[in-house]
Amino acid sequence: MTQVWDTLPQVLIDGLTLGAIYAIIALGYTMVYGILELINFAHGEIFMAGAFIGTAVLIGLTGLGWVAVMPAIFVLLIVLVITGGLTGMLGMGIERLAYRPLRKASKLITLITAIGVSFLLQDIVRFITETQQNNYIVNTPSLFPGSLSVSGLNIRYSFLVVIIVAILMMIALEFFVNRTKWGLAMRAVAQDQDTASLMSVNVNKVISVTFFVGSALGGATGVLFAIHYGTIDPYIGFILGLKAFTAAVLGGIGNIRGAMAGGMLLGLLEMFAAANLSAITAGLLSSEYKDVFAFAILILVLIFRPEGLFGRAAIEKV
Amino acid sequence: MAILEVEKLTKTFGGLTANKEISLQAEANKITAVIGPNGAGKTTFFNMITGVYKPTSGSIKLRGESIGGLKPHTVAKKGISRTFQNIRLFGPITVLENVLVGMHTHLKAGIFGTIFHLPGVDREERIAEREAYRLLEYVGLEEHYNDEAASLSYGSQRRLEIARALATKPSVLLLDEPAAGMNPKETADLTGLIQKIKQEMDMTIILIEHDMKLVMEISDYIYVLDHGELIAEGLPAQIRHDKKVIEAYLGKGAAEEQEAEG
Repeated sequence: MTQVWDTLPQVLIDGLTLGAIYAIIALGYTMVYGILELINFAHGEIFMAGAFIGTAVLIGLTGLGWVAVMPAIFVLLIVLVITGGLTGMLGMGIERLAYRPLRKASKLITLITAIGVSFLLQDIVRFITETQQNNYIVNTPSLFPGSLSVSGLNIRYSFLVVIIVAILMMIALEFFVNRTKWGLAMRAVAQDQDTASLMSVNVNKVISVTFFVGSALGGATGVLFAIHYGTIDPYIGFILGLKAFTAAVLGGIGNIRGAMAGGMLLGLLEMFAAANLSAITAGLLSSEYKDVFAFAILILVLIFRPEGLFGRAAIEKV
Repeated sequence: MAILEVEKLTKTFGGLTANKEISLQAEANKITAVIGPNGAGKTTFFNMITGVYKPTSGSIKLRGESIGGLKPHTVAKKGISRTFQNIRLFGPITVLENVLVGMHTHLKAGIFGTIFHLPGVDREERIAEREAYRLLEYVGLEEHYNDEAASLSYGSQRRLEIARALATKPSVLLLDEPAAGMNPKETADLTGLIQKIKQEMDMTIILIEHDMKLVMEISDYIYVLDHGELIAEGLPAQIRHDKKVIEAYLGKGAAEEQEAEG
């Protein structure tokens, strides 16, 4: 028990960092699901592409000598905007080329297409990376080195950056969805596409906007991930995407605030498991089982509360 | 002057002809009713005008411009708006927001202006909210502006649909059975509202309705459909005594009976 208390502050810090990353990726899953009822499995790869694009931009800026002279936070802002814009367009392009032609096909076909797009993105990124350097595992230059030490607690500066930027992105999205005409159109289209279109809303455009916003956030999160953890490879999007998807289900898929809460919760639980599983089970399970823990939660939620912790029980559309 | 001109509009679904060569002219600032028994093809007709269905053949012209086969949101933008027989509000969002959705096409903010929160976008949203609120006042729902649309009473939901339709700033308003399921008091209020919209907003209205009292009271001109075909048209007084119409509604025997009586 003492170990649980001793590790708790560090668990909170690591859990919030990871949770913020899950939360924003989960937003991308949940927004697309809300509108198209499609689980866009390629979203994890958008995140991964964001990590790579961000790293490339950062290396480019370092080469130009900008990083040395400009404040790190300003450099980060440039990297985030460029990466968000590019991944946003990537997500929009994927929808236009791969999903829209299948809009009227069965959901299963689109789902499998999404998985196909995932593999495609992984291999494209791997191919490009390997032509640039001989390895596909890349180290991201650290933009915020060093850490704060508060009474024995190790808080990396990049932790603060991840948390603050993540929270700002979530607030911005909340504002976008609830206070702007495009957010309102998104909610209307999620409710009833046909009626929205009869009320003058261009549904295809709203779907493009949704993909753009979700993918831009996902790509920006990739940048945060790369900067915080330092090492990326083309396969980071797979397991992280799955967990973010778990977070979205946890919060109630289609529910934006639910996705944020679900992400945070999952990050905390996972880090808690990583720190304490071995102590709690008297060495039976090591911290390596944290993923088992995360997915066991998904299974439990699906069994006992399929609408998610924050979702409303779904009323079958007829 | 006819604002909406429909010429020989036909829609077939496989072997079934839902609408057969229907022609209709909606005069400006008049209420044109489309009546007929259930399954006569009235809603199919509305669905073609609003772009939900592509006509199999025939033409639809709004102020002389052909709009047949355009996408619903384009048709809405050009000035045709509608309500629905089975209410189709955006249930979980607020009453005011439902009306704001209708204004979508008239707000200029592009997606980049919105994301980067350019000046003017905010002001435009405020103006739109005021306008939406005024429309709610117009239909008498301003007290409920912040309620979920799904929480409104049935009659209020129908009014909200009308407010939302008006928000697209239409020149032609299609009302699909607006009085369905209403009690006599609600129907009387609705009749007043429709007439007010016609007069104060210079609206051209096309109405599908089963409530004959309402139809006879407010329509300027009536078209009657049966089995997908136009069987009669004329002024309310003419339609009331039209043999074919009585037959369609009440059966052949009834028509003969009335003839014998009259």
